[in-house]
Amino acid sequence: MTNLTDLGVADIRDGVAAGTFSARDVATAFNAAVEQGRALNAWLVETPDHALVAADAADAARASGDLKPLSGVPLGIKDLFCTKGVETTAASGMLKGFVPPYESTVSGKLLNAGAGMLGKLNMDQFAMGSSNETSAFGNVVSPWKRNDGGNAALAPGGSSGGSSAAVSARMAPGATGTDTGGSIRQPAAFTGISGIKPTYGRCSRWGTIAFASSLDQAGPMARDVRDCAILLEAMSGFDAKDATSLDLPVPAWEKGLSADLKGKRVGVPKEYRVDGMPPEIEALWQQGIAYMKDAGAEIVEVSLPHTKYALPTYYIIAPAEASSNLARYDGVRYGLRDLPDGANLQEMYAATRADGFGAEVKRRIMVGTYVLSAGFYDAYFTKAQKVRALIVRDFEHAFTQCDVLLTPTAPSAAFGLGEKSDDPLAMYLNDVFTVPSSLAGLPAMSVPGGLDTQGLPLGLQIIGRALDEQGVLNAGLAIEERAGFTARPGQWW
Amino acid sequence: MTDSPYRIQGATGEWEVVIGLEVHAQITSQSKLFSGAATAFGAEPNSQVSLVDAAMPGMLPVPNGECIRQAVRTGLALDAQINRWSRFDRKNYFYADLPQGYQISQLYHPLVGEGSLLIEPEDAAPKTIGIERIHVEQDAGKLMHDQHPTRSYVDLNRSGVALMEIVSRPDMRSPAEAGAYVKKLRSILRYVGSCDGNMEQGSMRADVNVSVRKPGGELGTRTETKNVNSVRFVMAAIEHEAKRQVAVIEDGGTIIQETRLFDPDKGVTRSMRSKEDAHDYRYFPDPDLLPLELDEAFLADALASLPELPDAKRARYEGELGLSAYNADVLTADVETARWFEAMLAEGAPAKAGANWLISELFGALNRLGKTIGESPVSPRQAAELVALVGDGTLSGSLAKQVFELMLETGQDAGVIVEERGLKQTSDTGAIEAEIARVIAANPDKVADYKGGKDKLFGFFVGQTMRAMGGKANPGVVNDLLKKALE
Repeated sequence: MTNLTDLGVADIRDGVAAGTFSARDVATAFNAAVEQGRALNAWLVETPDHALVAADAADAARASGDLKPLSGVPLGIKDLFCTKGVETTAASGMLKGFVPPYESTVSGKLLNAGAGMLGKLNMDQFAMGSSNETSAFGNVVSPWKRNDGGNAALAPGGSSGGSSAAVSARMAPGATGTDTGGSIRQPAAFTGISGIKPTYGRCSRWGTIAFASSLDQAGPMARDVRDCAILLEAMSGFDAKDATSLDLPVPAWEKGLSADLKGKRVGVPKEYRVDGMPPEIEALWQQGIAYMKDAGAEIVEVSLPHTKYALPTYYIIAPAEASSNLARYDGVRYGLRDLPDGANLQEMYAATRADGFGAEVKRRIMVGTYVLSAGFYDAYFTKAQKVRALIVRDFEHAFTQCDVLLTPTAPSAAFGLGEKSDDPLAMYLNDVFTVPSSLAGLPAMSVPGGLDTQGLPLGLQIIGRALDEQGVLNAGLAIEERAGFTARPGQWW
Repeated sequence: MTDSPYRIQGATGEWEVVIGLEVHAQITSQSKLFSGAATAFGAEPNSQVSLVDAAMPGMLPVPNGECIRQAVRTGLALDAQINRWSRFDRKNYFYADLPQGYQISQLYHPLVGEGSLLIEPEDAAPKTIGIERIHVEQDAGKLMHDQHPTRSYVDLNRSGVALMEIVSRPDMRSPAEAGAYVKKLRSILRYVGSCDGNMEQGSMRADVNVSVRKPGGELGTRTETKNVNSVRFVMAAIEHEAKRQVAVIEDGGTIIQETRLFDPDKGVTRSMRSKEDAHDYRYFPDPDLLPLELDEAFLADALASLPELPDAKRARYEGELGLSAYNADVLTADVETARWFEAMLAEGAPAKAGANWLISELFGALNRLGKTIGESPVSPRQAAELVALVGDGTLSGSLAKQVFELMLETGQDAGVIVEERGLKQTSDTGAIEAEIARVIAANPDKVADYKGGKDKLFGFFVGQTMRAMGGKANPGVVNDLLKKALE
């Protein structure tokens, strides 16, 4: 019999529907994989019973002919999504023990579509980080190892590193991620899986703990493009509780999948050829271009002239919004309260926030507070907003010449844990290719493109026009079919 | 614009006071500005708090269209520019009554721009006060320090309630002008129905900006006295603050720009915090909210929904109804009064007589009873009937007073009281002449005095006759017959 944990979302859905196996068998197999994979520290909370209850409901639904789109599919939920009755911490000590009395719109949609929950996935604290090392509950370890015979522990990427590790290590067929500046795409690239950040506004932000409101978008992470399309369909849709939610119907992305790119133009932005980019990344990019041509697309070189300002712009806007969004964690109503003897209100705030937030979170709150301060606001925040508008215009112009853009997802393969944790700027550089499309609110996905010489996965990024998730998914599918990426980490855990 | 003559007499001469007001008015709405929680006053603490109001993780604000509509209607009533495009900003600061750690407000692009308000202070010329802007924002919760010896409690019922901040230009020059401004603004808000104007419940309060200068000179440094919650206190705070500033300057000191509080018990203002330790609020556009864009249909609906406003109504009362300026003013100052009066007219009461009766009789009675016009025990229909009974001669003025008292006591209609108690005025000359004859016969000395030139005794004979008639005689008939009898 097939190893059930090798199956993806579509396989499980179809197998349960066909009666090839029961949803309970699937949930049981993944629950066991979760338990067996604890060395990866990918899960903050395990919810095997939740997965089983949903599985039994799926099996009953099959018997009565009431199957839902995700019946029988167990998923991992990033700990940024509030889950009713299940501890939700955003991997921060600030929210340790916080059990939301409500379900986020996105996780609620998945559960309503029949999915079960295997547990809550570890992540960078408040989604701030690119390596998972900022989690208050220990970093996630990537299931991947270099082929150099060494045993160096690698970063699973971040902030959705629990999600990438869980999917890559076959502990879940799919998972939710969130992406503010690359937090779905970079970890997907680091672990050889697929992940898509949809157009800003496709997925409701309601009930998802905020990092930077104008950038945060939920999206799926899964083994392949089809699975991403299925999950994204279930996660998307208008939500009156989020004022920035797009009031548009959700397209049938899975049905619309096609790897035939005839008549499509694929743009290659010259500014993404950054200094010091490893030759392997350049080679991967060229390989991706060849795949696109093979799929029938025309390749055009395009220019996104403000690309080099994207990273500094992002690291002004995101911390500015974060500094305000995280002000609610003050010890007054929920979460951590540190009240030293005789402390007054100000002292309680100071003690609580000093204890509750990790170093990276504090760094970004400080940066954000600074750029919003009187006397600095115009020089930093206002300027950054203007540059953001220019970056949006860059993309608009490029999309008059092409239908999608092809770039590498990250400037390197997964790095070792601890290699960059002392150098925030080096860490921030990881987002160099993912941040511009975040600032522009565009759909973008990462698909595995191949392995580097150390045997580590590398990802290719496709960026599409606003609302053209279909174009992005189709280009991703064209790469997937040609790359034939089947590598997976050897099970050492 | 005429400068009012209000001056502070200092040791170095006269000082002029410059006043601007920021009025915070709670928008009348069923639910809060960005959440579905209720807004009723006086509910149990923390019983009207949504997940959004408590700033739970992942919660998002969604604008309440009704609050926006009410603020737009208010702007239209103040002849103000309505901005088709406006935006919400976050004002960041930490306090236990502010769950989000920021207040959602509008600093950079307010909903309403420049407008104006005509005030008519007592004993001074009318004056137009400029409105600089109106923006909408969230209220904070409330801290309660009296519940526990060492702890403070937080009530979030008000957290997220919609406020309009109506900012005037520094156009006022006396406490009387400021008082007239607050009264007129409250009157308009009540007409529009966008705020109930209850200052004692905190649904309207004023931040008072005051500076002093030599008449016509350079503007002085201003102070801001926060949260003053009655017209009287606004006037008292200005008077005290202006005198304090003059004293400081004349003693060689300088005024520091600071926030002050008014102590209503002592009638003084006190320093709260100075600019040096003022917050840096780090305003920036709220990324959870899209800009507010208003279309023409929305604005047209808002405009069409406006009622006749006090100035227009007063002009109509004078022009069309022929009321005196005083009566028109009194009847239109408060929307409840105007509504009551118009309900009387709709029940057939003649305008002039109805206005006089309402202002003298009804107001007098309500005053005695300590009730508002909304709580009047007599309805406009009953009032109209009473006025009509005077108009057709059924009741004399004094009989009408008696009947009105009985109406207040019993709640019965005037006609019923007149019938049941036989209080109808009589013009039966035979009966009246008979009583007059008896009065004259019983008072021969007074008759002699009257005929000897003591004209004032005529009133005595009227009174005696009316009393003998049980108050029901038509006073005009009594007068005529008495004159004849005493000739």
